[in-house]
Amino acid sequence: MKKFINRRPASAASWALGMLPFVLLLIAYMLASDARLAENPNDKLLPALDTFVQAIDRMAFEPSKRTGEYLMLNDTLASLQRLAIGVGISALVAVMVGIGNGTIPLIRATFSPLVTGLSLVPPMAILPVLFIVFGLGELAKVMLIIIGITPFMIRDLQQRALEIPAEQIIKMQTLGANTWQIITRLVWPQLMPRLVGVVRLSLGPAWLFLIAAEAIAATEGLGYRIFLVRRYLAMDVILPYVIWITLLAFAIDFILSRYSQWRYPWFHGGKS
Amino acid sequence: MAIIEMKNLWKEYGDQVVLERLNATVQEGEFVTIVGASGCGKTTFLKMLLGTEEATRGEMLLDGQPLPPEPDDSRGVVFQRYSVLSHLTALDNVMLGGELQSNRWLGISFGKQRRKLRKEALAMLESVGLDQAADKYPHELSGGMQQRLALAQALIKKPRILLLDEPFGALDPGIRSDMHKLVLSLWKEQKLTVFMITHDINEGFYLGTRLWVFDKPRLDPQAPGAYGACVTYDLPVGDCQTGTLTSINESVDNTSRAIDRF
Repeated sequence: MKKFINRRPASAASWALGMLPFVLLLIAYMLASDARLAENPNDKLLPALDTFVQAIDRMAFEPSKRTGEYLMLNDTLASLQRLAIGVGISALVAVMVGIGNGTIPLIRATFSPLVTGLSLVPPMAILPVLFIVFGLGELAKVMLIIIGITPFMIRDLQQRALEIPAEQIIKMQTLGANTWQIITRLVWPQLMPRLVGVVRLSLGPAWLFLIAAEAIAATEGLGYRIFLVRRYLAMDVILPYVIWITLLAFAIDFILSRYSQWRYPWFHGGKS
Repeated sequence: MAIIEMKNLWKEYGDQVVLERLNATVQEGEFVTIVGASGCGKTTFLKMLLGTEEATRGEMLLDGQPLPPEPDDSRGVVFQRYSVLSHLTALDNVMLGGELQSNRWLGISFGKQRRKLRKEALAMLESVGLDQAADKYPHELSGGMQQRLALAQALIKKPRILLLDEPFGALDPGIRSDMHKLVLSLWKEQKLTVFMITHDINEGFYLGTRLWVFDKPRLDPQAPGAYGACVTYDLPVGDCQTGTLTSINESVDNTSRAIDRF
């Protein structure tokens, strides 16, 4: 018998073990839900599974009685649009400032302290400022995402740019490269997979800021809906929405990870 | 015509003297191998040739002109590691020099220009024996293949001098002797001027036309940084007396022990 630390599951067993906690959670929920509903059939806290099905059907597959829109689709599109604009602008700013700071000492000396300072400001603390300055429209929500995630993305990319071996930068110069060419042919392409990586990391906080902003001021969006139906204790809507957001986050992360492996084989191959 | 001239060259960091009183003239086509203990300024000297370090006193001339104080395409280099760009295939790595020259903005070539560069790069890859690996990324190549690729990448620019910083230090002995043959044949073919740093004195005696030993002739065991290293032996290769190797070895070992204690 091998020591516990040396025992490894086979791949099928590994799958089964991975699914086990999910199944257990589901069973635990169903038991708890049944127990509460047996006591009080109108209990809203832990709805039965068929209540969820009805709620999902109502939110996702039937047009709203009031507006004639499919609410869940509308909410999803609104949220994803805000997320994409916010993360996209952040990525663009981060890659430009990160390359400048990480590659060119004169730029780094000028802007690196500012970036470090800004990254320490808690974004949620300046949320009121954003609403005051940018109004309650789309801009304020996107700005919260941008302010929340850009500083740490810049710092990450700056660090990655600094980690490019000095040998390669010297090598580029011995091949006749000027400063701009060192950026376009060495730093930019080497940072691209790192950018995908930091975007993946930033999606967690980006969702957080998005939902926070939508909870406070919005007329549609996944976060808005959750906070709206909270007033009616509508757990049958909230929980499917949470699971839906989780699935969306997982799907985006998965797609980005696959994209990176497909597009930058040299980056992932070097590590295996 | 002298390609490199050094006139009373010194390199100091604060009160630490790394190199002192370097005087030498190197002719075009010479193959200089440099040996010495770690910390004796071999790499510092190579960095001065490369332009990433500047001398604190004296002057270094390339073709009679002061050496440019930053790396440029007059000097090619192969390091022990990270010499090739990991995000480019072997072929792209070798084409890079020509592409950077052909398009000063993007450093990317197109059309006819690209086909010409591609043809030249493939010929260069063939001369280092990598024509089968043209489409592979560096991480898919062995250590020896990566160094051959680095040589091809540097040589296609036809640099005035080629600097090699322990290029074979991380390779297996068998591969290393193959690389020696390759370097010697490229050196003869392209009439290169080469400076090569090595840890291995035997390698220094086998390769090249001229051997420099960097050592500290004055060594204060209490303060090894007080005096710098200089060229203590400047020997034509293949023309040394029995016992020279032994005495060089002893001296270099003494210095490295003294440096190592600090």
